[in-house]
Order: sequence, then C-alpha cells, then structure tokens
Amino acid sequence: MPVDISLNVNGKAVSAQVEDRTLLVELLRENLRLTGTHVGCDTSQCGACVVHVDGRSVKACTMLARQAQGAAVTTIEGLAEDGKLHPMQEAFRENHGLQCGFCTPGMVMSALDLVARNPDPSGAEVREWLEGNLCRCTGYHNIVKSILAGANAMRGGS
Amino acid sequence: MYAFNYHRPETLEAASAALAAAADGQVLAGGQTLIPTLKQRLANPSDVIDLGGIAGLGGVRREGDAIVVGAMTRHAEVASSAEVRNAIPALAALADCIGDPQVRNAGTIGGSIANADPAADYPAAVVGLGATVRTGRRTIAGDDFFTGLFETALEEGEIVLSVSFPVPRRAAYAKFPNPASRYAVVGVMVAETASGVRVAVTGAGGHAFRVGAMESALGASFTPEAIRDVAVSPDGLNEDIHASAEYRAHLVGVMARRAVAAAAGG
Repeated sequence: MPVDISLNVNGKAVSAQVEDRTLLVELLRENLRLTGTHVGCDTSQCGACVVHVDGRSVKACTMLARQAQGAAVTTIEGLAEDGKLHPMQEAFRENHGLQCGFCTPGMVMSALDLVARNPDPSGAEVREWLEGNLCRCTGYHNIVKSILAGANAMRGGS
Repeated sequence: MYAFNYHRPETLEAASAALAAAADGQVLAGGQTLIPTLKQRLANPSDVIDLGGIAGLGGVRREGDAIVVGAMTRHAEVASSAEVRNAIPALAALADCIGDPQVRNAGTIGGSIANADPAADYPAAVVGLGATVRTGRRTIAGDDFFTGLFETALEEGEIVLSVSFPVPRRAAYAKFPNPASRYAVVGVMVAETASGVRVAVTGAGGHAFRVGAMESALGASFTPEAIRDVAVSPDGLNEDIHASAEYRAHLVGVMARRAVAAAAGG
C-alpha cells in the first residue's frame, strides 16, 4: 500500500507516494521525473545512480525511498545554478570527460563527495576514489583529468 | 523485490517489538547486503525493521582501553575517525578498504557482523582484536560470535548495539581483495595485545578463525620470518571460482607475513 513520504530534493521540499519496497532511484526517476540519475547495473556496482543523501554519496539503487524520509537529497539536476554549470560539470565538458555520458552523473556526484573531503586530491587518489564508478567506454583518463580540473576550479584556480 | 512492510522505529524497544511481532522480520542497517538480496528475491521477509531512525546507535567513542563503535556507525566514519586512527590505525585502514566509497558511506559495522559474510573484512577485526559484541541482551566475546557461514551467535530477535575493540599494542590488517567486488579473498588481522598475539583470518573459511600456530610463533618473535614455515591446511577452506582452497591456504601465510611486517614497522 503506497505511503506518503516527504524529503528535500535539490533544495526543494517534495512529497511523494511510494511503496515500502520502492528504491530511492525509482522515487527520483519515476515519481519526481529526475532522470539524470541513471540506473546502470542495478546491483550496487556501477555507480551511475550516485546521489548525495545528507551530504554523503550513496548508490540510489541500494537504498529504499523510505530510508530517505526527511533527508536532503542532491542529484545531478541540483548542481547547476541559474543555468550555469557547476565547475565540476564544466570541467567534464572542457576535458572531454564523457564519451557516451551514461556514467557521467554518477561520476560527477561521486567526484563532488571526494572534493568535499579532499579539496586537492592527487590523480592516484581520484582513481582510488572511483572504485565504485564504472565507465564502460573506459574513458577513465579524461574523467580523472576532469575531476582534477574541477577540483582546481572549485579551489578558485584557473 | 517482493513486497514487505517497512518499519522505522525510533527506539530499540519499538524495534524489538516490531521484530517480535513480525511473521518473518528482518533488521535493516546500512542495507548494502540486504537490499541487493531483496532485489534478487533471495529473501522474502514479511517485515523490514530499519534501525536508521534510532538515535544513539552510531558513533565512535573511547572507553578506557577500548574503542567502542556503535552498531550503526558507517564504514567511512570508522575509517575517518580521529579516535580510531590514533588508537587502532589497523581498524581504520580495514574499514577504509571495504567495498567502495559509496558502500562505505552506507554500510555499517553492526550490519556487517550480523550478516557474517565469510569474505567480509570486519570479522577479522572482531576476532583478531579480541573484540566484544554488545547486544540488547548480553555481551558476546568476538571469539564466540561467528559460528558458521552467515551464522552468528545472535539469537532470534537479538540486535547488535556496539562492538568494543581493546586497543592493541600494535596491529595491522593485510587483505588480498577480489579485484571486482573488493571482498576479501583472504584477509588477515595480526595484533599484539596485552594478553598475547592474535592472528585472525577472514575470507578463507566459513567464518573468521584464528591460527594458533602463528600466534605462538609470533609470541616468541614478532617477525615475518617467525611464521615463514607455519603451514595452514587447505582442509575445509573455501573453494570457488575466485580461488582454490590450496591457494587460499597459501594466501593466509602471505597476508599474515605482510600484516606482521606492517605492524612491526609501524
């Protein structure tokens, strides 16, 4: 039987009707129509569905929607401000950090959690951090380059 | 996923009551094993009782000569805790090599040990550091906690509250991870404690176990050379597509020596 839940998504209070077994990613994509969060493997491995819940990057395919009751969720749609890409998104565009683009939302959300913990990561630290994000185009080199450039821009660098 | 009734109690008493009232209740902690299991329809609980709404089950604190980790403490919190890094760096390092960053942001120590996956990392710490598991009903010695493949000493309806790790003189964890899943093909925790040396192995057997012959050899001389000739029998060890029992037995020696070298060097 569907129940009402309320949470904050990308800075806005939202409520939705979900089943007890509805996943967070299903709530985001199907109820809220925020389809930037992708479902890749659906088995907690690929990281295409990474979003932030109360500031922590998690796999939205491995969390029940009801676990997010009252939480603050940020998705890829919540990053750009006034039509201007977030510096990390801009860095992916500038550095050809995407090929097919399917893994990109998860890569960007994961990268932002890294930069929040470690504003000036090394290339090796970025690669280690991306353990839970798979790019089947194997475009990792430019993804790492993008994240380093994004981190630099977020520190105020040029 | 099959349908189930979701509960989010705010007290331990309410959680225990919901669990007792359920036809087939299942506790949800971080969900990093349970939710994939439900999605694959490998489990069909009538009720899922989420511990996430209960205050006070998470967090790390120092209590005398021990570090106490609340059951709902996430792996990432253990890995980054200044308290843990200062007192038991081997425990922080172990938590930091579980799964991937997003799994570490969600998975909890209580969920990990209650699930008792034979290839999980925390069992090596619970057994290797001589920890004590506190539940709503009693305390259980780490040595007695894991009883079989996905089996623990926990009784029906018993909920883990915290794990207390006595601070060792020195310790290190060495792990040979599966390159895809990051689960331990073999992981070994070596600790020199006030009551002697402990060597605990995860990944190799049905549950974490100690290697007595290595412990006595290391008690005499805490060096990798001291255990170079201590053989571990492959009898009864895990065998799967990732590694044979013989290979796992070999890896126990290699990981144990690496752990001793790391502990002795640090």
